[in-house]
Amino acid sequence: MKKLLLILPLLACVIAIQVVCSSTDTLYYLTQMTMSAYYSLLIIGLCVLMGYAGQISLGHAGFFAIGGYISAGLTTHSLIPFKDNALVQFLDSSGLLLAGQTLYGEELLVVSPGLACAVAIIAAAVIAVFIGIPVLKLKGHYLAMATLGFGIIIYRVVLAVEYFGEADGISEVPAFPLFAGLSVSGSFGDRVSNYYIAWGILLLGLILLLNLIDSRVGRGLRGIHGSEEAADAMGVHTARFKLQTFVLSAVFAAVAGVFLTHYNGGIGPSEAGVMKSVRYVAIVAVGGMANLWGALLMGVVLNFLSLRGVFGSYDDAVFGLILIVIMLFAPNGILSISFRHRLMQLFGKGKQKRDGEA
Amino acid sequence: MFDVGRSSFIFLTKMTSELFVQYLLAGITYGSIYAIVAIGFNIIYNTTGIINFAQGEFVMFGGMIAITLLQFMPLPLAIILAVILTMIIGAGIEICFIRWLKAPSVLRLVIITIGISILSREVAVHVWGESIRSLPYFVGNEITSISILGARISPQVLWVVAASGLMFICLGIFFKTTSVGREMRACASNRKAATLCGINTENMVTLSFVLSAGMGALAGCMMSPITYSQYDMGTGLAIKGFTVAILGGLGSSGGAVAAGLLLGVIEAFSVSVVPLAFQDAIAIAILLIILFIRPQGLFGSKEASALKEF
Repeated sequence: MKKLLLILPLLACVIAIQVVCSSTDTLYYLTQMTMSAYYSLLIIGLCVLMGYAGQISLGHAGFFAIGGYISAGLTTHSLIPFKDNALVQFLDSSGLLLAGQTLYGEELLVVSPGLACAVAIIAAAVIAVFIGIPVLKLKGHYLAMATLGFGIIIYRVVLAVEYFGEADGISEVPAFPLFAGLSVSGSFGDRVSNYYIAWGILLLGLILLLNLIDSRVGRGLRGIHGSEEAADAMGVHTARFKLQTFVLSAVFAAVAGVFLTHYNGGIGPSEAGVMKSVRYVAIVAVGGMANLWGALLMGVVLNFLSLRGVFGSYDDAVFGLILIVIMLFAPNGILSISFRHRLMQLFGKGKQKRDGEA
Repeated sequence: MFDVGRSSFIFLTKMTSELFVQYLLAGITYGSIYAIVAIGFNIIYNTTGIINFAQGEFVMFGGMIAITLLQFMPLPLAIILAVILTMIIGAGIEICFIRWLKAPSVLRLVIITIGISILSREVAVHVWGESIRSLPYFVGNEITSISILGARISPQVLWVVAASGLMFICLGIFFKTTSVGREMRACASNRKAATLCGINTENMVTLSFVLSAGMGALAGCMMSPITYSQYDMGTGLAIKGFTVAILGGLGSSGGAVAAGLLLGVIEAFSVSVVPLAFQDAIAIAILLIILFIRPQGLFGSKEASALKEF
């Protein structure tokens, strides 16, 4: 509970940023903050998988894309040709389909965003189970390569399948109405409300994960990270714990994908690319692997900078460099004690102390 | 590209014997390239236990540097210099990023080599741009072809196969007969014991990066006229090379050759049943399947693999 109280200052920061942006007429910053929040949702999910359970995944952009693409596809492709299908009729009569008109006045019948979101998340979870059972038996290099392979397959699929728009992706994804008049959309009027929706979802996810890592499961996961054999011997159901964490992080990625797609009004194949997966891993690494707060902070800051275009055409290079530098000099993240100690040594403070000891 | 092999959906049942040979030769060409990349993986894996995710980038560097140097010098010289420069890059990478780490964890090394791979690609895209380039054909041009068993192939195919075979044989001789080669093998089988025997294992690791960079670069030059070179060709090759290395049993050069040819032939024949867009997915699917059911590889022994960390 004490840990959860740390949420309050974060909440204060979130509100402060909105107030400052609104009063200084720089609301456009909120757009990037909203997008960063969704990316960070994926990143904290990946953080639990990598940092706490110790399982690397180079395929999380794949789960993000599964969520985003399925939701986008279902809410944009018309079901009129399948009107006579029993399933379509059943969904229509239970109010899960939305009728509308295209730009050219044709009849349009699409799946409602709520159902599409549910389908997307369930699909991601099911795929994560089927991929996770065999993949999580692997370790180290093999796990990295296998998840990378999974990511590339998803990328190839969205590039090659006509339903997913091939190289163009899917655009004109409708808004996602939530409750009480709130809706996830990219329209200018909804900028402030969407900022709070995104951060609300992110904080909800954070609270969930903070509770998880403080629980029996969380201790079991840390045991797996330390030594899988030892954890097994202590009665931790390692295979099941790893799989559950994998599925949980995949669901986080899919949720992020669904909401960001509705917010942006579209999704393209680059979201499924290998570089995206690597970027997420880089951010988790910078945050300090087993540090949810670090992952959250770095996720928001680095994504925000990247989305603002600060890194220019060196965007991917920056993340590659971050990855190498962090892993070489501060494998526990830049917020870790050992790294701070090293820095102090570097700048002389620690050195004097050492001389004194000698 | 192999136009005949990649033209359209031609089902196996309709295949004539000429077409069969055509596919087979295409498969062998690609397969020998995969085998060389896989052997590059193996050399580094044997001496360090690292899978170098930047292996594909060596191939890319080899091709790209040779294309640039070609403006200033004749082709053979450009290739030789490109190989040497890539070797220096390989040595530089090992010395800067890996040599001084004390007992790093596997996860750390995986992430570092992935970082190196991204950084290499970014350097390449900023130096050479996104355009697709290629070396000229070593003999003749795009339309020169020779006839083998009724199939028509480019003479470049022979260059690729011959160079790959030669590299494989030279590497075998190097490891078997020279003292440096024997020291590297000693380092591979037991690093601690090798150190105790007075072998400088750190230098052996650097040497393994140099060797595998050189092999990758040469393969990159040989394949460039057929498959073209681009800054982002590395990832695909690395995945396929890794598939082959696993398929043949990690660490085994002979296995890598057999598995490389197998994957190349499977891929070549798969164009007749699977759309071209999914061709890369075939190698990855094979990789996933082999990792799940036989991680020691087709030719590896179960006992030996029990000692490795899968």
